[in-house]
Amino acid sequence: MRRAALAVALVALAAASPALAADHVVVLSNMRFGALPANLRVGDTITWENRDIVAHTASARDRSFDVTLQPHQARRITLRHAGPVAFYCRYHPAMQGELRVAAR
Amino acid sequence: MKTMFALGAIAALAIAAPAAAQAPTDPQIAHIAYTAGQIDVEAGRQALRISHNQAVRAFAETMVRDHEAVNRQALALVQRLHVTPEANATSTALTAQAAAARDRLSHLTGAAFDRAYVANEIAFHRTVNGALRDTLIPNAHNAELKSLLESGLALFTEHQTHAEHMAQALR
Repeated sequence: MRRAALAVALVALAAASPALAADHVVVLSNMRFGALPANLRVGDTITWENRDIVAHTASARDRSFDVTLQPHQARRITLRHAGPVAFYCRYHPAMQGELRVAAR
Repeated sequence: MKTMFALGAIAALAIAAPAAAQAPTDPQIAHIAYTAGQIDVEAGRQALRISHNQAVRAFAETMVRDHEAVNRQALALVQRLHVTPEANATSTALTAQAAAARDRLSHLTGAAFDRAYVANEIAFHRTVNGALRDTLIPNAHNAELKSLLESGLALFTEHQTHAEHMAQALR
């Protein structure tokens, strides 16, 4: 009975976690990373959306993520670690920013 | 270094001259912008043949990638608008200056090439960005052409900053 209760609790947890994770969008346009989302938590996802006519990358300085975005392409990453994450575009290093990710 | 500034100044004069005499037309503006893009693609390819410096090569790859992308857009736009880019004194002067720069750089190797390529990129982007801001964008009549030139200016301004940072690292 206890094992069954534990199993139910685990299933409930597993089901609840993804529901809590949020997806955020960061738009790249006119050679800038747009507004960065606040209240980021581990497990959340960020969709990087490139609206420029040239390719960009969204690359973490700690290498925790690195996506290449062709013109008008969007790609999603999952935040796996808490803490500040500085990022930049490898092709255009003047484009940069910092995400602040809280533990879940 | 003096040569680089001189080259930039000549190019600036060449681009500014038609504005003083007569405002460039959209077909002429399209030709100047496209020519400037092609020049930088070729400069990037030359750097990729000669340079072994990782940062310089990455920059050159970006120049080829970005200027090709913008010129693809420019070509698609002029075709859609049924505009035929028109050769003019400015684009001819730009091409001649670029050939001279390419020839001068072809005699260099190693760090000397890297420094000269990056210095030339700074001068070239400074000139083209000035021309875009002061002459080409204000005189463009077609809204889509103007918008593409404005996107180009934001992009090439970043290229100039990138090159300026690299020049400091190469000193």
